[in-house]
Amino acid sequence: MAPAVVQMRTPAETALIERFEAEKAGLPGAAAERAAAFERFKAKGLPSKRVEAYHYTDLRALMRQAPEAGSQSLPAPKAPAGVTIQSLAEALAGGFRPGLAMGKAEDVVVDLNTAFMREGLVIRVAAGTAVAEPLVLDVAHASRHGRVIVEIGAAASVTLVETHSGADGVAYSSNHVVELILGEGAKVEHIRVNAAGNEALVLSTLAASLAAEAELMSLNFSLGGAVSRHQSFITYAGENAKLDLRGVTMIRGRQHCDNTLVVDHAVPHGTSRELFRTVADDEAHGVFQGKIIVRPHAQKTDGQMASNALLLGDEAAMSNKPELEIFADDVVCAHGATCGALEESQLFYLMARGLPRAEAEALLVEAFLGEVLEAVSDEALRDSLSARITEWLAARQAA
Amino acid sequence: MLEIKNLHVEIDGKKILNGLTLTIHPGEVAAIMGPNGSGKSTLSYVIAGKEDYTVTEGDILLNGNSILEMEANERAAAGLFLAFQYPLEIPGVATMTFLKAAMNAQAKARGETELSPGDFMRKVRGAAEKLGINPDMLKRPLNVGFSGGEKKRMEILQMTLLDPAYCILDETDSGLDIDALRIVAEGVNALRGAGRGMLVITHYQRLLDHIVPDKVHVMAKGRIVKSGGPELAHELEKDGYANYVEAA
Repeated sequence: MAPAVVQMRTPAETALIERFEAEKAGLPGAAAERAAAFERFKAKGLPSKRVEAYHYTDLRALMRQAPEAGSQSLPAPKAPAGVTIQSLAEALAGGFRPGLAMGKAEDVVVDLNTAFMREGLVIRVAAGTAVAEPLVLDVAHASRHGRVIVEIGAAASVTLVETHSGADGVAYSSNHVVELILGEGAKVEHIRVNAAGNEALVLSTLAASLAAEAELMSLNFSLGGAVSRHQSFITYAGENAKLDLRGVTMIRGRQHCDNTLVVDHAVPHGTSRELFRTVADDEAHGVFQGKIIVRPHAQKTDGQMASNALLLGDEAAMSNKPELEIFADDVVCAHGATCGALEESQLFYLMARGLPRAEAEALLVEAFLGEVLEAVSDEALRDSLSARITEWLAARQAA
Repeated sequence: MLEIKNLHVEIDGKKILNGLTLTIHPGEVAAIMGPNGSGKSTLSYVIAGKEDYTVTEGDILLNGNSILEMEANERAAAGLFLAFQYPLEIPGVATMTFLKAAMNAQAKARGETELSPGDFMRKVRGAAEKLGINPDMLKRPLNVGFSGGEKKRMEILQMTLLDPAYCILDETDSGLDIDALRIVAEGVNALRGAGRGMLVITHYQRLLDHIVPDKVHVMAKGRIVKSGGPELAHELEKDGYANYVEAA
């Protein structure tokens, strides 16, 4: 009999195992879910590039040390009428079950979050409530394993903004999960801003389940972190639901940013649109992995996925991996991926009108990324994201 | 004065311009006519500062100063304007935003103050109206989905607003029906005089019925082979380019 191959534990894995044993008794609620999630992590370890889903982001190599213990609270926004906000600890202690939005998806980063989650919120938007102002979550870098679960009642609508920020020059890591459970006809806009510190390892996950007629627009706006991976797991639970998944990525230096998504059309008549745009300067590396699954009974699914990258630096790179797994025969699905430099002919045209090269480049980059922001309906929010793009480009010009 | 002196130009090792010499005086409208492949568009790109070309010999002087080492934007700020044969589509950049960026960049390069938003709007609207440009078009992304005629009118609008000292019009008549041609030509004629020099590059004499040049130059195999008055254009229309190409 051949001996079983046992991979050596990395220092980060060993530290995580020791920490879980030491901390588990003090973690709030969901003991069974935590234990099961942790066992899955222990069995598989941190994923290396041999694991397909992590091929471009080798977590085994990248996570050099375990995340430190986090703060215990995530500041709650003021709850508008029709919205209740409870701390995660309180909800879990009261028997609340996390992970329902994950559907059939399994992922080790989410498992680690489930095992260690401590700070977080459970937000409930009552059926029929239209929340006018965006709910804003400010996530500081002291937060390590945050989990925010939002239940949006039937026909309710809300905009949720998460802003992740942290100090530059501090090598911290974070692993945050947001679960969105959309009721029938609920409408949600979710904007995640990754403005983490320049040495951070930023792991984040959006898990969403869409009931019939629900509509979700989620934008991952990413410019921070040394290494960032944002995953989206979307499951269609009811018919005629609509998904609009978007990404704006601006990276430079040696930044690495990975957008990985799995869109699972489990029921018929679902619509999904994915539009991800990446601008990579210097030696930065962008990754897009998008998988659309159409289950055997999910007829009349309409899915279109696009990932476009602009490489500004000579050493910048983009890895695009769109995938369609279609098991139904009456569907419309397409994907496209492009990658290239700015058009010299367009630059010449703008320069011939008097714009210096850097300004001409900035105008073209702003136009390229600006299109992705069009789905953000709150004008002030859209303007603030545009301003971040302009700022990023101004810093590039100044360099 | 815009002087092109003994200009030799190559692209990817292929020689396109072969000792071209030409002078455009302030206030003068010169036309260059020539068959396809004679190097007309190359000449316009080299004057405007496109980087793909290598000048192996000769010089281009604007008011006595060589412009060969200048970037395209510096040449624009110095007073050169190229109306493109095929204006580029710029998705995602509203025409108005682009016009403002161009005018401000040139004002800044020349050390002038930028127009106030109100003056800018009035100036653009006024110039657009004269060219029959619908104000809604100014909100659309630059040239995206515009017809051939609309694109050419947009070039003339830019030319009007940027107020250059020397204009190069590259095949401005291509793709235009007779009505569009008339509007474009009127726009160009309105900018004549006041010391402004123009170089009108065309394959056909038709455009020169509407923009009557002071001088006509015939170009073949990368250089000027004959110069004369407006009557030269009519001769060419009648006899064709064959004699000149053979002689060159």
